[in-house]
Amino acid sequence: MRGRLDELRGPVPPRAHDARAIAALAANPGCARRAVLDAAGVDKDLTARHVGFPAPFGQSQFAITRGNVFEALVKENGCAELLRLLRELLGLPIAQVGYQDVESVGSHLRHSHTRALIDRAAREGDDAAAFYDHPLLSLRIAGQTSYLEPDVVAFQVGGRFHIVEIKSFAVIDGQAEPEKVAAAARQAAVYVLALRALLADLGHDPERVSHDVVLVCPENFANRPVATLVDVRRQLAVLRRQLDRMTRVDHLVEELPPGITFDLAPDAEGTPTRPAREVAGALRQVPARYAPDCLSACDMCMFCRDEARCGGSTDQLGRQVRDQLGGVSGVAEALALAEGAAEPAEGQEEIAQLLRLAHRLREESLG
Amino acid sequence: MSTLTALARLKAVRDGTAQRITTVRHCHLAPRPMVFVPLQLAGEALAPLAAMVGTDPDHPRLLVVPQPRNRDLRFAFAAELAEVLLPYVEGFAKTTETVERKSGDPYERCLEAPQILVPNRSAAAFTGLLGRSTRFRRADGPYPVHPSVPLLGRWLTYFADRSRRPGSCLMTAMTEALSAHWATGQSALEDANLAALVGWIDPPAGMDGRRAAEEAEDPLLWPPAGPATDPGFDNEVLGPAVRAYEEAPTARAVERVAQALRTQLEPTWRLMWRAVELLRALPEGSRVAGRWETDRGSFTRFLELIAEGGPPQARRDGAVGAAARLAALERARASYDVQRAYDDPLVMAEYRLTGEAFTGTVVSADPENTEGEGRSRKLRPLVTVRTADPARLTPGAVLGSPDRRGHAAEVVEVDGDEITLKVTKGMGRGKVAAPGAVPEPGERVTYTTLTDDFQSSAALPEPERTPWTHGGPPEEYVPDDDDAREEWS
Repeated sequence: MRGRLDELRGPVPPRAHDARAIAALAANPGCARRAVLDAAGVDKDLTARHVGFPAPFGQSQFAITRGNVFEALVKENGCAELLRLLRELLGLPIAQVGYQDVESVGSHLRHSHTRALIDRAAREGDDAAAFYDHPLLSLRIAGQTSYLEPDVVAFQVGGRFHIVEIKSFAVIDGQAEPEKVAAAARQAAVYVLALRALLADLGHDPERVSHDVVLVCPENFANRPVATLVDVRRQLAVLRRQLDRMTRVDHLVEELPPGITFDLAPDAEGTPTRPAREVAGALRQVPARYAPDCLSACDMCMFCRDEARCGGSTDQLGRQVRDQLGGVSGVAEALALAEGAAEPAEGQEEIAQLLRLAHRLREESLG
Repeated sequence: MSTLTALARLKAVRDGTAQRITTVRHCHLAPRPMVFVPLQLAGEALAPLAAMVGTDPDHPRLLVVPQPRNRDLRFAFAAELAEVLLPYVEGFAKTTETVERKSGDPYERCLEAPQILVPNRSAAAFTGLLGRSTRFRRADGPYPVHPSVPLLGRWLTYFADRSRRPGSCLMTAMTEALSAHWATGQSALEDANLAALVGWIDPPAGMDGRRAAEEAEDPLLWPPAGPATDPGFDNEVLGPAVRAYEEAPTARAVERVAQALRTQLEPTWRLMWRAVELLRALPEGSRVAGRWETDRGSFTRFLELIAEGGPPQARRDGAVGAAARLAALERARASYDVQRAYDDPLVMAEYRLTGEAFTGTVVSADPENTEGEGRSRKLRPLVTVRTADPARLTPGAVLGSPDRRGHAAEVVEVDGDEITLKVTKGMGRGKVAAPGAVPEPGERVTYTTLTDDFQSSAALPEPERTPWTHGGPPEEYVPDDDDAREEWS
């Protein structure tokens, strides 16, 4: 299996998933194209650009600066500000909390160092309380290890670990933008899962990682941070289900035609040399499940959208429209049924009748 | 989304151009609306960057914050915006009409009201946040601001609140107004891009809607309509210009930032006025004026509230206030949906499709039918309609009709494609029905179970009697220095 996935990717190291990418997987669990590309560790961003459909994602330097400044503010002086917030939020009874910056060791040691620190904390039990800054966790996804970097893991007296997620979007009068909170919760759920896996691996009770994550955001229009507990149980359930599916990526791969590869054949500088048409052809061999939501989540979105448009699929119009068409998946097919140019196939009688009536009413009302 | 709209979207895909989903315009368009296109700095909760605002398409006013992280410059922006917006809003206070009421004293209502047009929902949300960050400020005390700033804040809050109310047109998000009248061949998500939406509806010559919409997605050709800016623009153009201003805050540096932002705002400014023209070209629905009257009434009351020196809107509603607000929104939604169906056969068609309405031809009528004897004898004309619509009605259902105001009927019998009704309202006071009050054989009629009857507001306790289950009576708002001092960094 591993060999087959390496073959699909070509002779480059597999692309690691970060928490955001893993969370995005859960957004469209039915997409075989994404599942296969991710399992094989293909660089989707580069692939999309090479085939002429770069994703419209960019980040403003202002947003990046602001995010960094805010994170630094929360973490400065050994997370002093964070301690104040958590004391109120979780009722931390102690004044002093240890601070461990995992980044102090070399990058190749960070993961094992995190592991050792967490193990010790879990063993020492009730007396220890510490913040772990820049920890490096790992998660096995489809037989491949991804390394994840939560902002902070806080360890609380009482033996429970909390994931702390620092975000720079504002909470104004107790309310934040729901989409941003949802995205942060999905991302934090990945960390919870990874930390639970680590505890289980060390022989501790994974449930010691709380499903309540601490979201730290600026309050109102100022830079002052405020902390809120967010329950991510639902996100965890979705994520687990999705990751289980990914381990079954095997038979998706088995069904692919032999010899197919997404290898970009990069030259010494990493520039792809394989003809774009060939790569696009290979991509089309794996069915996608495009939905307009992909436009904010997946690097391949513009390629898949173009495919849905060229193929005349109703997917391009969004799930709301598809739901109204009762399983008729082609634009031309639905229109032919509506206009009476085609006879309904078996099982389509009901939707055909509805579409014909809709067509008649529309024509009649437009005069 | 209804099956009819889904079908319209399919046709838009095939024809490469947007399809009408209404036959009339359902929103009010003021003779002199104010267009407001705000931009904000990425990553910040609320850092105004620039705005293009005004009532004259040829002479927009450009407001710019050369260093968006500077608090004083932000308040200067707010004061400048107030300079444009407040005279426009207050100008409508001058001419009023006296409205007589059946019960209660007559009251005054402004003859016209302001209308602020913003590109999209995010711009309306931005307006609300800008209102929130300015309405508690004070002209005196520790951190004084220009006296117009808190007043601006209250108005912006008011407009943003109204924009969430179905059928209200005091502040309209243009993408929502256009999407309510046209179906495009792309998803609702993509319709939130104003340039793409207008591209579908009114593509340039020699280009179909699809192509125009695709072109509109290129931020270099069509900068985003805001409030978020294009990250590429931020990194390559705005960033260096702001840094230059920081190093030397000269008039030239300000002009450089302004020039950069002008390039981002101007295309959207022109699009907004084109969209106004597109909407204006549609004939207005007959119930639009009535809804605008409600808007004018609301606007007049808010003017009075400010004149009386009432406090700024609370940060959050109390329990009673929140329940009342939700109930009012629900009523507005229900009423708006019904009114649109009554105004527009294409909207009514959606209800015909689901069996809540039908159109057909009168096959027989008995205009003199009565019920009861003696004093309780009532005129109840019978009408039988034949229809091909899949009406789902049961005897006793109460129906209204868009053909006749004040007309009501009750279903007596449904027999295959023939529906017999008895007319119960709208026949005049005489012994026989007023001429034209009862449909005649051969006439084409539409009936529906939708009715826009007056709904009384929800019965809620006074705020000071909020039950303990809902937190008890809320604390009274007393403005304090902390509000005025709130950081804005």
